[in-house]
Amino acid sequence: MSEPVALKLTAKDFKSDQEVRWCPGCGDYAILAAVQGFMPELNIARENTVFISGIGCSSRFPYYMNTYGMHSIHGRAPAIATGLAVSRPDLSVWVVTGDGDALSIGGNHLIHALRRNVNLKILLFNNRIYGLTKGQYSPTSEVGKITKSTPAGSADAPFNPLSLALGAEATFVARTLDSDRKHLQSVLRAAAEHKGSAFVEIYQNCNIFNDGAFEPLKEPATRDDFLIRLEHGQPITFGSDGQFCVVHPPGGFGLEVRETAATPAEEIVVHDATVADPAYAFALSRLPGLDLRNTPLGVFRAVERPAYDTVVQEQVAAARAGVDQTPEQQLSALLGGGDTWTIL
Amino acid sequence: MTKQIRQLDRVVIRFAGDSGDGMQLTGDRFTSETAQLGNDISTLPNFPAEIRAPAGTLPGVSSFQVHFADYDILTPGDAPNVLVAMNPAALKANLADLPRGADIIVNTDEFTRRNLAKVGYAGSPLDDDSLAGYAVHPVALTSMTVGALAAHEVSKKDAERAKNMFALGLLSWMYSRPYESTLRFLERKFAARPELVAANVAAFRAGWNFGETTEDFSVRYEVKPAKMLPGTYRNITGNAALSLGLVAAGVRSGLPVFLGAYPITPASDILHELSKHKKLGVVTMQAEDEIAAVGAALGASYGGSLGVTTTSGPGVALKSETISLAVALELPLVIVDVQRAGPSTGMPTKTEQADLNMALYGRHGEAPVAVVAPKSPSDCFHAALEAARIALTYRTPVILLSDNYVANGSEPWLLPDVESLPDLRVEFATRPNGEDGTTFLPYLRDPQTLARPWAVPGTPGLEHRIGGLEKADKTGDISYDPTNHDFMVRTRAARIETIPVPDIEVEDPDGDARVLVLGWGSTYGPIGAACRGLRQRGLPVAQAHLRHLAPMPANLGEVLRSYDRVVIPEMNLGQLAHVIRARYLVDAIGYNQVRGLPFTAAELETMLEEVLKNV
Repeated sequence: MSEPVALKLTAKDFKSDQEVRWCPGCGDYAILAAVQGFMPELNIARENTVFISGIGCSSRFPYYMNTYGMHSIHGRAPAIATGLAVSRPDLSVWVVTGDGDALSIGGNHLIHALRRNVNLKILLFNNRIYGLTKGQYSPTSEVGKITKSTPAGSADAPFNPLSLALGAEATFVARTLDSDRKHLQSVLRAAAEHKGSAFVEIYQNCNIFNDGAFEPLKEPATRDDFLIRLEHGQPITFGSDGQFCVVHPPGGFGLEVRETAATPAEEIVVHDATVADPAYAFALSRLPGLDLRNTPLGVFRAVERPAYDTVVQEQVAAARAGVDQTPEQQLSALLGGGDTWTIL
Repeated sequence: MTKQIRQLDRVVIRFAGDSGDGMQLTGDRFTSETAQLGNDISTLPNFPAEIRAPAGTLPGVSSFQVHFADYDILTPGDAPNVLVAMNPAALKANLADLPRGADIIVNTDEFTRRNLAKVGYAGSPLDDDSLAGYAVHPVALTSMTVGALAAHEVSKKDAERAKNMFALGLLSWMYSRPYESTLRFLERKFAARPELVAANVAAFRAGWNFGETTEDFSVRYEVKPAKMLPGTYRNITGNAALSLGLVAAGVRSGLPVFLGAYPITPASDILHELSKHKKLGVVTMQAEDEIAAVGAALGASYGGSLGVTTTSGPGVALKSETISLAVALELPLVIVDVQRAGPSTGMPTKTEQADLNMALYGRHGEAPVAVVAPKSPSDCFHAALEAARIALTYRTPVILLSDNYVANGSEPWLLPDVESLPDLRVEFATRPNGEDGTTFLPYLRDPQTLARPWAVPGTPGLEHRIGGLEKADKTGDISYDPTNHDFMVRTRAARIETIPVPDIEVEDPDGDARVLVLGWGSTYGPIGAACRGLRQRGLPVAQAHLRHLAPMPANLGEVLRSYDRVVIPEMNLGQLAHVIRARYLVDAIGYNQVRGLPFTAAELETMLEEVLKNV
């Protein structure tokens, strides 16, 4: 194969002519800028890139990308994108969704896209609130959340989006932050390189209805002690002085956080995103507490499994191999198949 | 012994047994033999939704009716001349449909005290006079089959299961059917188990020979070939024809066909059939639910495929929001609704026409779509092509309203010449269409068709965004402008209303009818047969049948107003009649029935005769 031609695109090439209409201060702006800044790196022509979204604040995203795009209906973007990806393997298909869109009304399509391992890059903007409908609790809101629809506090337990994706055996699962452009772009890069479904949760601030939801992960005073930055092949230590580490205690099922000073180095878990058993990444996804302490960021899991659309296209190619008839001839033979009789 | 041979012009046979007795297969084979002989045919399977209801019970009865004649026929027949009853339940469930004098062939081996008790017979109806008036032929089908297979290396169970082939052999003898295709079929079906081929062929021959030798059957019948148009025919069900129509639409448009489907009775067979045609570029996806199925189809259409989704009424309800999105996006999409009796799960294996309102109106907002309905099993092929033609040409969702009756019924189909099928090629947008030569306007319409350009991803320079939010005329940008919304709503309505569809044709051979019978969809056969019956008795009546329900033919109002009375028989509570009254201010009379079964020609004839008397 010849070396692909450098398209020399810039972030500006990915900005559409539409006026961006999120609330001033919304985390979505930072994500949009990070994505537009990152896209040129892929060296994929704009016409071969498609963004498909559902409904919600985040789902306005495609209007602002100067690629092909579809703003569809609530929760259904993964299904629509699956049809496109399966029938057009030449395209780079991205899904932009939110916590309500992907995990509430569209939960079914999300888990099935992930289990099928369709070639889709799914970006879930999680702000733990319904923004576009003006402030009801979402399926990722914490228990007891007081909102317009839950004046006495919400009664239902939230989803952990990464645990859910891993339960569906997603092959690529990562988390990043709206405000950390460098990290966000590094995760997008890894997602884009992945063959199959890539699921990226982006913690995103809604400054109108749930302001400061992820503040401890952003505040200079707390962030280093709260965030676990996962690096493939590196021991998992964190904290302003590396004072915390992650271990797999014998006899336990999951992972736990310990003080590095009191832990023998060989007991510290070395992060490996390629572990076949999703239980490891699942254990990582269970580390954060309600106060957001011990929140891992980065690529939890990146494993290889045949992608659904690839398999489907292979089946079509296998069926067509060696066919030397024109479609009309084949159709004629097909119509006349079975028991026929002729009347003169 | 020499048997008397009697000529008949038509026969209706119903094979009935337990759902495990293989009655559908038996009927299918008899139909195939009959087709080879050149009779005109119409068939009607009738089976329970349960795969294996408790053996020997009334809910477990499965039947297959075949009507064949030496002239062209329109229905599977109102009443069987012959009933093959494999057990007491099959006799009890079907006896009421038989006219006096009909032949009844019963499998006496199954008329045990236990089986009789299961269906509430105190004593055997074979022993009392309750079947007086019928020509009853008691045959020990099971034991004779087992006896005939004594020398075969098959289990007792497999030997007993071959009794349907014994029955088929007997009936094939009675009606002088050519059986070579059945022998070939058995070889194919049991290719992996030669001992079963031999056993089933032996059972078939034993049944044939039994007919020839027993004194109980003294007459053998012949039905001469029907006069049909020259050409090559095959017998086909509506679901098979509809599937082939979609494959043909792919070939004639040059586009890949993408089917998104979720299994549902009675539409699943279309998914099964289309999944076999990857060679012709057909991609099928069994989705996680009905909504994903239509979503994936729409996604594929967006990418330049012919997106199709197949379902039944409950599925259409779930797909409704996505169909509205397709209306807003103005992309091609074919939605196949094989109607069944509702509401809710209703009677999944029984027929009904009660989704017309849903097809026409069942969406939020003003969301018009085109609606096409096939009138017979073989017409499903052409109706599918027509639905695809409208979808591709006018960039719109089209609902194809089939029903269980045409989907599972079968009739001979004159194979079309592929080159004569409509040319469905489309042109994708390839360059900017704005006046400045660089701008692309995704909602700038073709003045003739009002269709917008189909610009598929991958086309350089035409990158654009579409969505469910209201779009500004031409640019497709998000718009909340009141005047624009009013314009777009009216334009979307006009887009459908102005699709040219053929004028409706009226069948009124003598031209003196004062009553018009208007139908749509699968009622074509029974209405046609009833009208013929009336005309043969000197009672003039006109018949017109709607294939396009949205938009309706331009001449429909004029046709309706030229008759004193318009009668609309429907297997619903008057959905088309309601539309006709509202649109054309015609005082149409509805004739409605929702029994899960097609109309009989006789009941329509009786009803129409009453109407004629009062004109």
